Amino acid sequence: MSSTSSSQMGQLVADKHVRYILMAEKKKESLESVVMDHLRMNGAYWGLTTLDLLDKLGTVSEDEVVSWIMTCQHESGGFAGNTGHDPHILYTLSAVQILALFDKINILDVGKVSSYVAGLQNEDGSFSGDMWGEIDTRFSYIAICCLSLLKCLDKINVEKAVEYIVSCKNLDGGFGCTPGAESHAGQIFCCVGALAITGSLHHVDKDLLGWWLCERQTKTGGLNGRPEKLPDVCYSWWVLSSLIMIDRVHWIDKAKLAKFILDCQDLDNGGISDRPEDAVDIFHTYFGVAGLSLLEYPGVKAIDPAYALPVDVINRIIFTKNDC
Amino acid sequence: MHGRKRNAASKPEEDAASAAEALELRLLQSQFMSNHHQKIYTKEAIQLSAKLQEINPEAYTAWNYRKLAVEYNLDSADPSLVNSILDKELEVVENALKRNLKSYGAWYHRKWVLSKGQCSSLDKELQLLNKYQKLDDEIKKNLVLRNFHLWNYRRFVVELTKTSEQDELQHTTDMINDNFSNYSAWHNRSVLLSSLVAKKADGFMPKETIRREFDYVHNAIFTEEDDQSGWFYYLWLLDQTVKMETPLRASPWPSDGSNIILSGPGCFNGSSSKFTTYCSESGSFPLILYFDQAVSGVSSSTVTIDSELKSNEDLVWEPVPEKNSQVSCVWVARLKFDRTEPVKVKVSLGKSRGIVSSTGCNLITPYEFVFTVHIDDTVGESQEGIISWTDGFDSWDAQSSKDLNSLITLDQLEVDTGFEWRKQAIKIEIEQFRKLPDSKFGKLNLAKLLMAEETMISDDDAVKGVHYKEILQLYNDLMALDSWHDQYYKDEHSVALLRKVTSSTESLTRHLFRNRNMNSIVCLRLNNLTLSRIAALEKLLFVQMLDLSHNELHSAEGLEAMQLLCCLNLSHNRIKSFSALHSLRHLKQLRVLDVSHNHIGCKHPVDTTRYLCSSSFSNSGETGRKVPSKYRDTYLVLRDLMKLKQFDIRGNDLIAGEEFSSFVRQVVPTLVWLDGNKLAS
Repeated sequence: MSSTSSSQMGQLVADKHVRYILMAEKKKESLESVVMDHLRMNGAYWGLTTLDLLDKLGTVSEDEVVSWIMTCQHESGGFAGNTGHDPHILYTLSAVQILALFDKINILDVGKVSSYVAGLQNEDGSFSGDMWGEIDTRFSYIAICCLSLLKCLDKINVEKAVEYIVSCKNLDGGFGCTPGAESHAGQIFCCVGALAITGSLHHVDKDLLGWWLCERQTKTGGLNGRPEKLPDVCYSWWVLSSLIMIDRVHWIDKAKLAKFILDCQDLDNGGISDRPEDAVDIFHTYFGVAGLSLLEYPGVKAIDPAYALPVDVINRIIFTKNDC
Repeated sequence: MHGRKRNAASKPEEDAASAAEALELRLLQSQFMSNHHQKIYTKEAIQLSAKLQEINPEAYTAWNYRKLAVEYNLDSADPSLVNSILDKELEVVENALKRNLKSYGAWYHRKWVLSKGQCSSLDKELQLLNKYQKLDDEIKKNLVLRNFHLWNYRRFVVELTKTSEQDELQHTTDMINDNFSNYSAWHNRSVLLSSLVAKKADGFMPKETIRREFDYVHNAIFTEEDDQSGWFYYLWLLDQTVKMETPLRASPWPSDGSNIILSGPGCFNGSSSKFTTYCSESGSFPLILYFDQAVSGVSSSTVTIDSELKSNEDLVWEPVPEKNSQVSCVWVARLKFDRTEPVKVKVSLGKSRGIVSSTGCNLITPYEFVFTVHIDDTVGESQEGIISWTDGFDSWDAQSSKDLNSLITLDQLEVDTGFEWRKQAIKIEIEQFRKLPDSKFGKLNLAKLLMAEETMISDDDAVKGVHYKEILQLYNDLMALDSWHDQYYKDEHSVALLRKVTSSTESLTRHLFRNRNMNSIVCLRLNNLTLSRIAALEKLLFVQMLDLSHNELHSAEGLEAMQLLCCLNLSHNRIKSFSALHSLRHLKQLRVLDVSHNHIGCKHPVDTTRYLCSSSFSNSGETGRKVPSKYRDTYLVLRDLMKLKQFDIRGNDLIAGEEFSSFVRQVVPTLVWLDGNKLAS
């Protein structure tokens, strides 16, 4: 495996990214913000986790964030993407993750939130995203990750949940969103993550999947999400974390991937884009920094590949008593 | 969010236009929200939501609102109006998809509408999908070809309309013929074929299907060498050729026809130099079954023991290592021995159904093996001295090679009726691939084909092992040709190397020695082989002393199968943490463990083996007593090693010293030697 000296590789302009995130947070009425209004909860998770990975979580007002999060909670216990929107499992996880960053999970009525999530499990073990019934293995991961953080995994039928995920395993070793659906790195991350959290990774053919995943590395050094597609920084997370969870990360060229991520930075204004020279956004800034964390880039805190939260946050939660 | 160019600073006119747009959208959104919260479902309100969704199909709440509006209006509607209400929804979805063909909300809304079961246009849906896939614009077309929403929706409609799998298979053929580089189509093809073959549909018997598909995929891979889609499909076909209808195989320990001598307390004494001596202080010994696929259902009702040994009814079979899953390749039970004279033991599997592989293969043909056990009563002095890994080794004697043969021959559990066609298919493929010019996928597939052919050569055939030299060379070539993946090829190389070593008694005996200090127990030396990966263990279950030092291993994964192991040397490897050694906690017989000169320590923030330990975070309560978190992984490995007497961890990043030593001594009270020093008692 080749190693590249850090001068050849480029630098992480961490301060610029911090500034980019803090400014984006304030620009609530820009067109981009208004269009993404409904997923502000996700955006907040991406931005705040990046800040924590760069050890700058203290630059935001914890009280402001937490009180806004609570305005997004619905009477069902679930959280919406923003105030006034409908609840959905996607935003419920992001809300819990943000509270975990601030060590404020205790302000929740854990029973209520966990019942909302657990109530979304179907008979075949799958999970719906909300009351309208869309099924996707993303939601299986979200439910398992969320309930594990709330220490209420026993509220669902874990065995059936795992069974459903396994039914979405494909012949190339990967996973799709529903049984028979094509393997995709995002879905693979969700399924592998869910299996990791529930101690069920023996269902994964690590060699077969590992090979499929390491073949995502393109000549640019970046990773794509499926064969014959363009590389994208967000796959530095989904592919990389999956490889790490199944202990096959040594099958890619890590130095080349790090260089690709660094090349996607906007060195002047901060932020990271999907590909070099493209427009930056919070989504890719988070995945770029998280990817660098998994590559053990200096100056970035360690992130847990299954929970997608800093390792110190996870250790704090997992190693304390209080069960549901 | 994707694929937009990074602009220079925007002009003031652009800013103003963008701000105006934002304001308009904001207004629309708040009007919509007001309607939604007040449950207003008038025609105007619904039109407003449609306008919003055309601009911003990702605003999910609007799709929820539409569903509520539909339900509200369907309730009070005239039956004749139902169709128009639902058709309107489909129109809104189509408009949204024009904006974003990847909108989850739009696609799900369409499914929701169709699921109402009142749609007249169901049969038109497939035609609609085909229309999408015949776009003229090349860029749009490629986007659409791989759009998984489209494919998923297609599957949904196929199920609703009960379209046949054969018709769908033809569709994938059409798509592939149009453009070989369509992974999505190849993927669907593999799903449909698997189902048709499993159902034993007409014209889809394994032999003919595989032949047809190999010929079909050759078109793709021989013409477009760089395109991955065909190659992945090819690898799947190869896998099917090897595995389809293959019966389960197992290797047991003790093996058929062997003679096991149990050495009593004060172990490792006795004059016998048979390598089937097994030390047992408790009067019991393990019975190991190693299946070539993960199976469940191994229990005292599916595995019968026939012998004069008493108190072996209701034997408890445990899967190694996954206790909570009850599925594993390796199963162990402990047989108690209660007499002085030799006893014959017959173990039978498959007489009653119950053992099933994770792929649904049932073990149906009975299989049995017979061995003899007796006790060697000579009680000698216990071995107290430190065991060295460099001194005291004697080479193997030819006499024992005959016994070795029975141990490494894998018995086939069933007569394989499909064997010949599969062997033929692989032979044809190998011939084809030898004609190909040098390319990465060409070499990789040839290596895999040769490996597949090797597994089909039975163990007592003289040509066994003939391909390994070429396989190893191919992986060496690949390490140079595709250096970014060199660690993958390295791992494959290690697997091939170990298979080569265990392919015949002749090659294996070159690595076998006797250790004088451990009373001539068998030692397998696999040091200095640049191994990055462990494999071929099903043939090595009899090994009690294993030297894997001076290699490139970063994990002990796989070693849990070696239940007889009492001495293990993993020094001078690349092990980064104790979690990478978690397999070792299943080796309850370990007396001597050397992990010195590795990279175990705190300098590696990313733990790649954390989630592979099944006792991970779901059971955080396992570390009941106060265990410092930095030693948690150490604790989980060492606490089960109740016989560990000698442990060496020098030369790691781990901060050794008094704190660590006293921690280890607490966890492992049986320890006598630590880091080469005798511990004060």
